[in-house]
Amino acid sequence: MIRDVTFGQFFPGKSLLHKLDARVKILLVATFIVIIFIASNYISLAITLFSIFFAMILSKIPIKTYLKSIKMITILVLATSLLNIFYGEGTPLFNIGFITITKEGINNSIFVAARLIMLVIVSSLLTLTTLPTDLTDAIERIISPLKLFKVKTHEISMMMTIALRFIPTLIEETDKIMNAQKARGADIESGNLIQRIRALVPILIPLFVSAFKRAYDLAIAMECRCYNGGDGRSRMKILKVGTIDYFAIIFVLIILILVLLLNIKLPVTMR
Amino acid sequence: MSVIKVEDLSYVYGKGTPSEKVAIDKINLEVKKGEFIGLIGHTGSGKSTFIKHLNGLLKPSKGNVYIDGENIWDNSSKIRNLRFKVGLVFQYPEYQLFEDTVYKDIEFGPINMGLSENDRKKRVKMAADFVGLEYGLLEKSPFELSGGEKRKAAIAGVISMDPDILILDEPTAGLDPRGKDEFLNHIKRYHKERKNTIIWVSHSMEDIAMISDRVIVMNKGKVVMFDSTKNVFFRDKELEKMGLRIPQITRIMSRLKDNGFDIDSGILTVDQAVNEILRYLKRREID
Repeated sequence: MIRDVTFGQFFPGKSLLHKLDARVKILLVATFIVIIFIASNYISLAITLFSIFFAMILSKIPIKTYLKSIKMITILVLATSLLNIFYGEGTPLFNIGFITITKEGINNSIFVAARLIMLVIVSSLLTLTTLPTDLTDAIERIISPLKLFKVKTHEISMMMTIALRFIPTLIEETDKIMNAQKARGADIESGNLIQRIRALVPILIPLFVSAFKRAYDLAIAMECRCYNGGDGRSRMKILKVGTIDYFAIIFVLIILILVLLLNIKLPVTMR
Repeated sequence: MSVIKVEDLSYVYGKGTPSEKVAIDKINLEVKKGEFIGLIGHTGSGKSTFIKHLNGLLKPSKGNVYIDGENIWDNSSKIRNLRFKVGLVFQYPEYQLFEDTVYKDIEFGPINMGLSENDRKKRVKMAADFVGLEYGLLEKSPFELSGGEKRKAAIAGVISMDPDILILDEPTAGLDPRGKDEFLNHIKRYHKERKNTIIWVSHSMEDIAMISDRVIVMNKGKVVMFDSTKNVFFRDKELEKMGLRIPQITRIMSRLKDNGFDIDSGILTVDQAVNEILRYLKRREID
């Protein structure tokens, strides 16, 4: 069912990761993504993997939740790593027919798979432990220097908040409309591609109509409460960088330096 | 023979997750052909979940549903055909309208049934007649109609499949009083002419009292009463405990009786009440 899409949904909790400042979390996740891509030998890969695993345990979220988000990209991981086996020139290991499997090819595919999986886990770590509202709030603060260039940072983050807020509502709405059309004999599950696309029309049109109506109602409700953009707006929750945040920053920096050093000292397995 | 038979039906939402919730719990009931059934219950009592089982939109966690004596999940490839036989009108059905004309929208069900163009034409006319939709509106876009007309058009979209069992989930919610009365009369006439089975979900006890033969009362996922309308509304104390009430007029009449007036207290509609009071006054004059 459409409701089962749980990828990246906030998972309530009180762990250390939940308590981290959202701005710090975003920046650290960005750093970690950099680390994932510069780790270019097996030891630094293992260190990265281990520290991500450490963060997963710290988050106190069942491992099952992470596995679910990995499951969504299984095909992508399999396909890319399979392609990478054949790609790569170097020491041939063995032949299957006319295809030569090289040592470099195998290394490539392992790295690609590991990087993809780690990327998904790291971004899930962020979205699973951060309230969407905190997330957009933090993004607004991070991009606030762009105000100098007349970028409407508050409006951007308000749009993001609204979009996130309406995802569950729209999913519910889609469910309702699908049921109503199925009750009239609409056949969504079978047929070839073109038939299936055409079967979506009776669902998409009512969905768009109600989404526009909702948007209009929301705009009026916001105006009624005197919303007029970000100028002079105060916040209920003020983001604050505390002791845990400094510890987290130091932890990630240590790993970054470690990986950089290993890259210099050890031979590069994969670029 | 019973046209609907439900056996030990249970449904659990989100099975195996922390938010697991039993929506309906061991429901057993039978509905005879041609009956007009009212279904009442507090918000969250499982009414909507229950009716979704009758046309196979939800698969029971446990138990069976028989329509015309056949277990509907015996052959799940036939579920789509079942939906033409058991028409289900959801709450606020006007949100399902999507075609560029009302005519085409009402025709959607019959097209899915694979009917010929001639048959479809008849079906659309028939459905528009039954809900009281003017023919002039058929060529308009559904988005140009008023709220009440949209509602009628959407309900016609289900009636056009000519179902043997018609289930309506709060069809009069949000309609103005006149539109409501008008719609009640249309459905009454439809039921009389088609002689099919109707299940009517409502929060309005007045509506239920006026049209149903028997009433199902649901509370916390269970069917707690299933009896003739009169008998159900006789148990006002129990109903009130479940957050429901009896029709106003029934309450007035039973108060009158409590205060020593010798009248029948099982009165369901204002018309009946007027007759009963007139009869009482006449009797008193004679005495």
